[in-house]
Amino acid sequence: MTAAVVIEHLQKRYGETPAVQDISFSVERGEIFGLLGPNGAGKTTTIRCLCTLAKPDSGRVEVCGISAIKQPKQVRRRLGYVAQEVALDKVLTGRELLRLQAALYHIPRAIAQDRIQQLLTALNLTDYADQKTGTYSGGIRRRIDLAAGLLHQPDLLVLDEPTVGLDIESRFVVWEFLRQLKAAGTTVLLTSHYLEEVDALADRLAIIDGGRVIAEGTPSQLKDQVGGDRITLRLREFTPEEEAQKAQHSLNALPFVETVIVNPDQGNSLNLVVQRGSNALPQIQETLTAIGLPIFSLAQSRPSLDDVYLAATGRTLMDAELAAASTRDLKKEQKQAMKTA
Amino acid sequence: MSQSISPTALAPKTAPAPELGALAEFTQETLALTQRLFIQLQRRPSTLVAGVIQPMMWLILFGALFTNAPQSLFGPDVHYGQFLAPGVIVFTAFSGALNAGLPVMFDREFGFLNRLLVAPLASRYSIVAASTIYIISLAFIQTVVIIGASAALGAGLPSLIGLGAIALIVLLIVLGVTALSLGLAFALPGHIELIAVIFVTNLPLLFASTALAPLSFMAPWLQWLAALNPLTYAIEPIRYIYFNAQWSLTSPVMAAPWGDLNFGVMLAVLLAFDGVALLLIQPLLRRRFG
Ligand SMILES: Nc1ncnc2c1ncn2[C@@H]1O[C@H](COP(=O)(O)OP(=O)(O)OP(=O)(O)O)[C@@H](O)[C@H]1O
Ligand SMILES: [Mg+2]
Repeated sequence: MTAAVVIEHLQKRYGETPAVQDISFSVERGEIFGLLGPNGAGKTTTIRCLCTLAKPDSGRVEVCGISAIKQPKQVRRRLGYVAQEVALDKVLTGRELLRLQAALYHIPRAIAQDRIQQLLTALNLTDYADQKTGTYSGGIRRRIDLAAGLLHQPDLLVLDEPTVGLDIESRFVVWEFLRQLKAAGTTVLLTSHYLEEVDALADRLAIIDGGRVIAEGTPSQLKDQVGGDRITLRLREFTPEEEAQKAQHSLNALPFVETVIVNPDQGNSLNLVVQRGSNALPQIQETLTAIGLPIFSLAQSRPSLDDVYLAATGRTLMDAELAAASTRDLKKEQKQAMKTA
Repeated sequence: MSQSISPTALAPKTAPAPELGALAEFTQETLALTQRLFIQLQRRPSTLVAGVIQPMMWLILFGALFTNAPQSLFGPDVHYGQFLAPGVIVFTAFSGALNAGLPVMFDREFGFLNRLLVAPLASRYSIVAASTIYIISLAFIQTVVIIGASAALGAGLPSLIGLGAIALIVLLIVLGVTALSLGLAFALPGHIELIAVIFVTNLPLLFASTALAPLSFMAPWLQWLAALNPLTYAIEPIRYIYFNAQWSLTSPVMAAPWGDLNFGVMLAVLLAFDGVALLLIQPLLRRRFG
């Protein structure tokens, strides 16, 4: 069977902005695939090209073997799309909105009636179905939007930041639902800038940054690729620089230590990468005691997806978000989006 | 989250549903989109209320403007109220149609339009069709009220066939203008710009038509403008129906600067206007993907 999604060398510019420079990845049928990246990485643009809402400048975009560029209507019939911004008509009730959606997908009325009821039940929305969507809370809006995306039983459900802005509880509800969806056989493609979300949900993921894929694989493959365990060491709550450098020098000499860096942003704490499975902590303690340095805290952990991102880009996802937040002109973007929409 | 979900509710279709046939699909999506507009109207009726009050003000205020004008200025046995009614009918329908793009523009700005564009619509003309059905219904309600009020003010009542012809003419002018307004809603950057366009077209098109005064009153250059204005092609036939119990497709309805135009030609021009409008907006509807 063909892959659910194939994207090859996708490129898309908005005027001067290269929103997507070169993105390739594929999603197998029945998996949950995550697109992880900081704000402005090009996630939404990629999704819009996939969902036939934007025309790629170049590249191949296919859903279930059908080209989104040449046969957009066939692609539209096979995918459900849950946008980053939930747009409901606040004057309609949830049920009316779903009926409208069903008609847009040409589902016969009687069948639509049943599907709507099933999905309302599955998403615990029956109590809200006959209230106007203008009265809904964020979590309920998301769920109605999810139901709308699933009415026509798509092969592929595409969700753009499905849990952004949701409280923890609503987020778990969405996660659980997506797992059930996968269990029932639907392919799920979601974007996120939450590491934990992709880590918890995705069978495979691609990390994108600056409009390019910088890593692709299963979460554990990617973590293994960035090497050994992480150790965070603080000599004191605020360590003087000379002391930190002295420790760095000595620890670097240990055979199982791959790298040691001093992090001035965190009170000159030391970040070490050590070979996986090495019995590092006692030996580090020994080494430091031998040269007369104290230990304030010492912790070892498996690498996270953030370490994957850090290894590929040289900055953490959080830093990338902050940088993006300070350079983006949201007003201008919205204007632009309207022009190109 | 409910624990007892039937898996079939979430499973993908084993095969994509067979397509229903373009016409059935088009009908289904158009009706659903129309229904949405009517639900909105029902829950927020103020547009309709204002849309009925406004032409009443036109009739009463403008009608009073020329009350003491010399008898027979607008034609033998014609008083200004009678002359004005067709103008108000067409102008009211036109204004409504000109605003048709606004809800679509707001849908675009709020992202609701993506919901429509990502769906496998048989044709995006269903968005045009739905808006036209909605606007034409409003225009008919307004027209009925205006005709009734004008009759009460002494303008008389056209025959049943005359009323049918008026309905057809209102339909033709609404269709073309609605299409253009929707085209703008897809083309312009935002609602501010759309409102600006509506604002600068609305009144000038009114004054450069025969809604308020006959061609013969106008400066020659304005006569030319008015004789090229689609609104005039809707107003003059309706006025002819109001003034003449007997009319046919060959009745001479308008003395344009370049010669007389009969009823049939006027209708043909309106039809052509619709055709051009629908063709013009096609690339805008197709934008992004076909
Ligand atoms: N319509 C548009 N017009 C102009 N520039 C755009 C448009 N859409 C996106 N961009 C730019 O393209 C880049 C990628 O944007 P995109 O929305 O795809 O990122 P994203 O990964 O979805 O970000 P976020 O996490 O904030 O949703 C950004 O630099 C953005 O400013
Ligand atoms: Mg985005």
